[in-house]
Amino acid sequence: MTAIDLTTPTLRSGTELVPNVDEGVTQTGKEFTSDQEVRWCPGCGDYAVLKAVQGFLPDLGLRRENIVFVSGIGCSSRFPYYLDTYGMHSIHGRAPSIATGIATAREDLSVWVVTGDGDALSIGGNHLIHALRRNVNMTILLFNNRIYGLTKGQYSPTSEVGKVTKSTPVGSVDHPFNPVSLALGAEASFVARTIDSDRKHLTAVLAAAAAHRGTSFVEIYQNCPIFNDGAFDAIKGMGDHKGEKDYAVIPLVHGQPITFGVRDEAGPLNGLGDKALIRSASGNIEVVDTADVSTEAILVHDAHDPDPSTAFAISRLTAADYLNRSPIGIFRQVERPTYDDQARAQVSDAVSKVTGSAEDRLSALINAGDTWTID
Amino acid sequence: MLREVDRSVSQTKQVKQLDRVIIRFAGDSGDGMQLTGDRFTQESAVFGNDLVTLPNFPAEIRAPQGTLPGVSSFQIHFADHDILTAGDRPDVLVAMNPAALKANLGDLPKGAAIIVDTADFTKRNLDKAGYDTNPLDQLGEVNDPLADFQVHAVDLTGITVEAVKEFGLSRKDASRAKNMFALGLLSWMYGRPTEPTVKFLEKKFAKVPDILGANLAAFKAGWNFGETTETFVVQYEIKPAKMKTGTYRNITGNLALSYGLVAAGVRSGLPVFLGSYPITPASDILHELSRHKSFGVTTLQAEDEIAGVGAAIGASFAGHLGVTTTSGPGIALKGEAIGLAVMTELPLLVVNVQRGGPSTGLPTKTEQSDLLQAMYGRNGEAPVPIVAPQSPGDCFAAAVEAARIAITYRTPVMLLSDGYLANGSEPWQIPSIEDLPVIDPNFATERNHATAKSADGEPDEFWPYLRDEETLARPWAIPGTAGLEHRIGGLEKGEGHGNISYDSVNHDRMVRIRAEKIKRIANSLPPLEIDDPSGEAKVLVIGWGSTYGPIGAACRRVRRAGYNVAQVHLRHLNPFPNDLGAILKSYDKVLVPEMNLGQLSKMLRAEYLVDAIGYNHVYGLPLKAAELAEAVGALVGEAEGKDVDLGEHGLNPPADHEEAPVS
Repeated sequence: MTAIDLTTPTLRSGTELVPNVDEGVTQTGKEFTSDQEVRWCPGCGDYAVLKAVQGFLPDLGLRRENIVFVSGIGCSSRFPYYLDTYGMHSIHGRAPSIATGIATAREDLSVWVVTGDGDALSIGGNHLIHALRRNVNMTILLFNNRIYGLTKGQYSPTSEVGKVTKSTPVGSVDHPFNPVSLALGAEASFVARTIDSDRKHLTAVLAAAAAHRGTSFVEIYQNCPIFNDGAFDAIKGMGDHKGEKDYAVIPLVHGQPITFGVRDEAGPLNGLGDKALIRSASGNIEVVDTADVSTEAILVHDAHDPDPSTAFAISRLTAADYLNRSPIGIFRQVERPTYDDQARAQVSDAVSKVTGSAEDRLSALINAGDTWTID
Repeated sequence: MLREVDRSVSQTKQVKQLDRVIIRFAGDSGDGMQLTGDRFTQESAVFGNDLVTLPNFPAEIRAPQGTLPGVSSFQIHFADHDILTAGDRPDVLVAMNPAALKANLGDLPKGAAIIVDTADFTKRNLDKAGYDTNPLDQLGEVNDPLADFQVHAVDLTGITVEAVKEFGLSRKDASRAKNMFALGLLSWMYGRPTEPTVKFLEKKFAKVPDILGANLAAFKAGWNFGETTETFVVQYEIKPAKMKTGTYRNITGNLALSYGLVAAGVRSGLPVFLGSYPITPASDILHELSRHKSFGVTTLQAEDEIAGVGAAIGASFAGHLGVTTTSGPGIALKGEAIGLAVMTELPLLVVNVQRGGPSTGLPTKTEQSDLLQAMYGRNGEAPVPIVAPQSPGDCFAAAVEAARIAITYRTPVMLLSDGYLANGSEPWQIPSIEDLPVIDPNFATERNHATAKSADGEPDEFWPYLRDEETLARPWAIPGTAGLEHRIGGLEKGEGHGNISYDSVNHDRMVRIRAEKIKRIANSLPPLEIDDPSGEAKVLVIGWGSTYGPIGAACRRVRRAGYNVAQVHLRHLNPFPNDLGAILKSYDKVLVPEMNLGQLSKMLRAEYLVDAIGYNHVYGLPLKAAELAEAVGALVGEAEGKDVDLGEHGLNPPADHEEAPVS
């Protein structure tokens, strides 16, 4: 088999070919809100994400009719019904494949996938990893509540070992996925994590995800108040975990040293957190007291590192059981040719090389080869 | 000396006229039998014979060498008249090794010719084929197991190796050209034109001059062997067939189907988007379409069957012609997604090149056992129109027709080909493009519903499920169309507005509307063609798909024997044509031959309360015309209250072969 060196398209923004609203026109969140009544449970984290998305979409400045939201099945997958854009509420786990078709067919659309931990990581795991591998230009929002909500409370592929649910009355024995580790393992070009309750961070991550050309994978920690309430209390510093937030969240900012914990702007650490990540002699990522190491030794976050190993190591700082420590932010953002750009380039290249009407060319095609005529 | 034989100089040779011949090339799966058959087919097509071919090969790429399961064969039936099948029993068997001889001997009629390569008749290979003794050692003796046949035992391999010596290839490489030697010999024997094969070889091996030289030399040596040695004293002549005027080419079903999909794109103005996962025997459609990007065709080799159909549905939502191609096991996986396309009412072509089932079944063999899967293989009331081609060339028109239905009625359509159509071939009268239907995607561009808030009564909303009154098709509004933003999905729709509705009365109504929409497709279908030459038949034989050839051939046999029988062949299995019920009721007996255990017959019985009698075989091969003729004859006897004897037109020798139609 031979391999052909493909030319790399030079497009850089995720929305570069999507038409913008006319100059002077400003859109509002209301315009992006459909007339359908939102039917999530009171207190559901999905409301916050919906509000953030409705508030954020106008900032993209894209024509509403050129935005498509695709979802699978699950509570979060009702999302498209509440946005006044084009949308499809599809079947369980398959949204990435449907979105792949849409994004490959049309370069002028901004394509979004809304999915959950069960939808994306269980029944749709295959489509997720292959979308990430192909790097199709779309943004995948994975609402992770670590439980099956719509089917009323079974453990999910992100539930901790030992979790007692309706289907695991004496505790789950399934080892969970870390969605960020999984995405990095699938060589995703954009991997981020954010939290439903932190609208500012959520919006910033969405903006970066939309701007990225390729598959942007965003894990959103989202609380299910009915079946898994408090799953993220440590991260959010809520409930029994008040005050733990500083040590539970490890903020990742490209180009900045990675520290967390208590920050004292006037203190000896110059505003760095009192905990820091360093690379140990063995090459692993370790958490140390910032005061114990030199500033130069602290790991500086490089989201653009072509090698995903460090990002992966950082993602492993999250324990598989109770979520009491988690890096938040953009783990990885690298440029890689997208499947859809290259597939379209192959088609348009072939189209540019032929002349004549499609009918004439079709006639030539079917009349090619060994033919004979009976008069 | 490679040109048409000048018969005047070939004095020792006798030329016999034949009206038709069936040749089977058989060898090990690595012996190049499919290629040999393909080339002989092209030569015969260019010569102007009517022909039908039947490739038959194992699922393994290289099954254990020299064994019975490793035998690959290619059968061609060519004639000076219009024929319908690849023939029941070969007149000539070309056997390249002991296993090929043993595996195919049972299919030969008495008196058949066998050309056998003696090179591989070694102890080891005889053992592998299960021969205790070498059957070629007993030729002409009292216990000759091949006494019923005319056997030409020739060291094809040895002569080939000798003929290609100048190219300095190893014996192994040199002996690979033996299939071209066999082709040359058969080409001489049947007066085939050689230019197409020479051109083909020159193109195929342009970059490897040694191999090209060896193949050309072997091909010529084969021809000359027939021409100059005493081994073969008879040449045969099968005149060109009288066919309808037009331009023809030989074509396989998978190629015709691929071209049909390209044509559907051209005639609808929609870019074709194929989402597919490789599977035998459908993969060639993916391969072929991936070569036609210049027609705006996009092909996506998906991670699995479900992703293939998912991407196609996405593309359809985005305004392309979404297509997915697979075989039965793939349909099983795509079922839920096809249901989504039923619910969202998006155009989608689902191509099932059927193979033997269940489960992995017989991947390289043909069957028609996915009809009920196509009808009912989804949860809920999920009607899907079904279109089936009847011959390899017909796959082209059937694909265009399936696209017409999908686009016009906004529905997934199942196109049921099968392994025989896919790999079999026939001369195809190439249609002119302007004779193909124009398919109007008729995209929605305007809002279509006026709310109470509308001041002037002008539409101020877009309702994605407000239907065309005649076809019940819903509007297809594609992303990028301002003002028509809408959401669709798998949940039940409220009538008209299309928002989620759990209302029981609405659900009952929507289920009926979706069913009625599919039913109304029948209003767009032409009347069925009834082949009943005498107009007095009491027995109707009705089939669908690739059984068209064997059924037609069987009916001709029955008519030749002096009896009346009618034939109808269905292209549309769902909905059935409007006139089908009346036609069925106008015959005393209805016979339904199928390569399954009675799926169409079940549907006909359920729909029309007619006593449809099944004729069912699942050999993994096309039905045999002579056997079927006997079954038809028996039913004619029953219907007409008389003894029926088809004589030589049934299973009785000597004329166990396919005949021209009764004019």
